[in-house]
Amino acid sequence: MKRVAIVTRAIDPAALIAEVQSPELGAISLFVGTVRDTNDGRPVKALDYSAYTAMAESELAEIVSEAGVQFGAPAVVVEHRIGPLELGDVSVAIVSASAHREQAIECTRFVIEEIKKRVPIWKREHYADGSREWVDPTRASEARAT
Amino acid sequence: MSMVTVQLFASCAEALGGQTLEIPLDSGSTVADLVRGIRSLPGGQSLPPSMRIAVNRKFAEPDQIIDGKDEIAAIPPVAGG
Repeated sequence: MKRVAIVTRAIDPAALIAEVQSPELGAISLFVGTVRDTNDGRPVKALDYSAYTAMAESELAEIVSEAGVQFGAPAVVVEHRIGPLELGDVSVAIVSASAHREQAIECTRFVIEEIKKRVPIWKREHYADGSREWVDPTRASEARAT
Repeated sequence: MSMVTVQLFASCAEALGGQTLEIPLDSGSTVADLVRGIRSLPGGQSLPPSMRIAVNRKFAEPDQIIDGKDEIAAIPPVAGG
């Protein structure tokens, strides 16, 4: 089973694990991204994500389909949250299940790396000094941090 | 010449002051022509240098021809995850 979604509610990683669980799949790999309290040395208070939702969901589906071909993981579920998020909130969760651990772990890693490259989702950080800024990972100092 | 609508997101929307823009394009115009047109608008100098264009929800190459019926979006550097 494969499912991807852009959501505006809290993400429940345990529910995603339950979704892929199956007796023939002996390995489940989970990645959870959460809101960090600093970026590039600046204290972060909160942030908001926005997305070009239609394209984000089609790119996510494409990534998951590529991952299926490359790693043979038969079950992958991805949820990415958008809207306002607080420190520690889950922004993204990826679950891959496979017969053996290697495919599941590699699949999860592939999906998060591709999300960072090509899924149209944007993050605006709210800093402790009251300013706000769209994060641009293509800028040199941020490219090192991500 | 026809008007095309471009969806704007995040820093692109902020730079140009809206969620969409309408821009005139000659028939046979490419993605590169569109980018030149967008960058020449007021606020265009504040657009991120690595802005990309999506056509029908796929990243487009600079030489891709734009059709008036295409769904077009300006995509600033992505930062999901």
